[in-house]
Amino acid sequence: MDNNPLVQTDLSPDNKSAYQQSLVSLKNWLMPHRVLLILLAVSLIGLMINKLSWYWIPDYQDAIVSGLWRTLILLVTTFIAGFLLAIPIGLVQVTGPPYLAKLAQSFCTLIRGTPLLLQIWLLYYGVGSIFPEIDWLRDSFLWPYLTDAWPYAFIALTLSVAAYEGEVMRGAFAGVPKGELEAAKAFGMPPVKILTRIWLPRAIQRSLPVIGGEVILQLKATPLVATITLIDTYAVFSKIRQETYIVYEPLLLMTAIYLILAGFIAIIFNRLEKKNGAQ
Amino acid sequence: MFIDYQSMSVWELLAFNTPGWGGTLLSGLLLSLEIAILGFFFGLVIGFFGALGKLSNSIISRDLWACYTTTVRAIPELVLILLIYFALPNVLNNLLSLMGFADIEINGFVAGVLVISFVQGAYATEVIRSAMQAIPKGQLEAAHAFAIPKYKILYRISLPAMLPHALPGLSNLWLIATKDTALLAVVGFTELTLAARQAAGATKEQLLFLSIAGLLYLIISLLSDALFKYLIRRSNKGQMHG
Repeated sequence: MDNNPLVQTDLSPDNKSAYQQSLVSLKNWLMPHRVLLILLAVSLIGLMINKLSWYWIPDYQDAIVSGLWRTLILLVTTFIAGFLLAIPIGLVQVTGPPYLAKLAQSFCTLIRGTPLLLQIWLLYYGVGSIFPEIDWLRDSFLWPYLTDAWPYAFIALTLSVAAYEGEVMRGAFAGVPKGELEAAKAFGMPPVKILTRIWLPRAIQRSLPVIGGEVILQLKATPLVATITLIDTYAVFSKIRQETYIVYEPLLLMTAIYLILAGFIAIIFNRLEKKNGAQ
Repeated sequence: MFIDYQSMSVWELLAFNTPGWGGTLLSGLLLSLEIAILGFFFGLVIGFFGALGKLSNSIISRDLWACYTTTVRAIPELVLILLIYFALPNVLNNLLSLMGFADIEINGFVAGVLVISFVQGAYATEVIRSAMQAIPKGQLEAAHAFAIPKYKILYRISLPAMLPHALPGLSNLWLIATKDTALLAVVGFTELTLAARQAAGATKEQLLFLSIAGLLYLIISLLSDALFKYLIRRSNKGQMHG
């Protein structure tokens, strides 16, 4: 049924229906209670901007921007690296030999069964405390990296993505209709090609909504690295609160920043789904 | 007082009485569990009303609940904890003093339960809503046809019929609740993770204590997973599969 080339409907919406759709969505926003809610929200934001003290923003502008960069870089790199790990983890649980499937499954259970904060601390304080006792490591080129917090944060967040996404990909791989894979086989595609051309794209396509949710979950997990001395958005605002003794305002601005970031991620994935989503 | 931790064996370090840190870990574990259970329970209550609100005919209640679930699911739990821990007591006390009441104090335990139930409520709303939507329409229509009153339909038909659909999602939520308690360590509340960190800091046995804490969390996860699997099997008894 899905994506049958013979009965493919016209996917490009003509201008008229798009215009009507935008009218309908505009009408949706103009319902009285929604207008009231929006007005309330706007006035509340206006009140906050006027009544609360924001004098500290110019002083910390650069710090906030650099913290934001760190958060975004950490989010993107760990998600991509974790996702690359998740593909084999999901795949071996569907087709792999039993011992590999068992291994991947226990990895997922281990990571998903313990809090991420504890994993980060275990890596940074626990595993990190072993390295200084190994003599040759201290002279090696690895030493500067091992004493920095970045690698630990990166590894912890990557492993977490790998485990959670591994579960998602397992379901996604198993959910691709058997007929599509059999058709590919019937065309004489080698297994690797079936994977890269049919199985993986279809699995990702079908799990796009879940992946979008997981990216937002990962965004919500990044502030944990602030506890091992990485200066991300959360840490910058903690510093502001400590230095200026202001309670609410930095918290509110930080909340707004995370809300906007999550909104952006949701919009991006909505677009992706509309473009290549499974019907 | 100086305690020579370096010369102690693993079992002495993990002993329950004072030179050992086992007791601290265990009381941390109990606190974590208490907060998780209370948070999960209140989250379910919020989620129940949230689901009813989202399924109601009033578009106003649907929109308000949608605002709640969307914002909670977009803000990091750590930030919510800070908001409830630092900002909420201020706001509450300002309100109370306006009304002429004495100040109240929100301690770590209450703040923890509040945060967890607030977050769980948002996720539980979605789980219960979709479970209620999965109830076959005919069952509810039959109930209406018998003129059963609304609240009775709710607890005699909707709730039991919804449960098998909701249990997998609720099992996930419970696991999230237990793991989210670890975040309270950041605001200095001595639950399991922070207890392990304190023990590790005092004894310089970082790897040992943090791994033990991880093991305890893992045991809880595995046990509750088994329990929920049993409950799911039970609630699916006599149901048609597929």
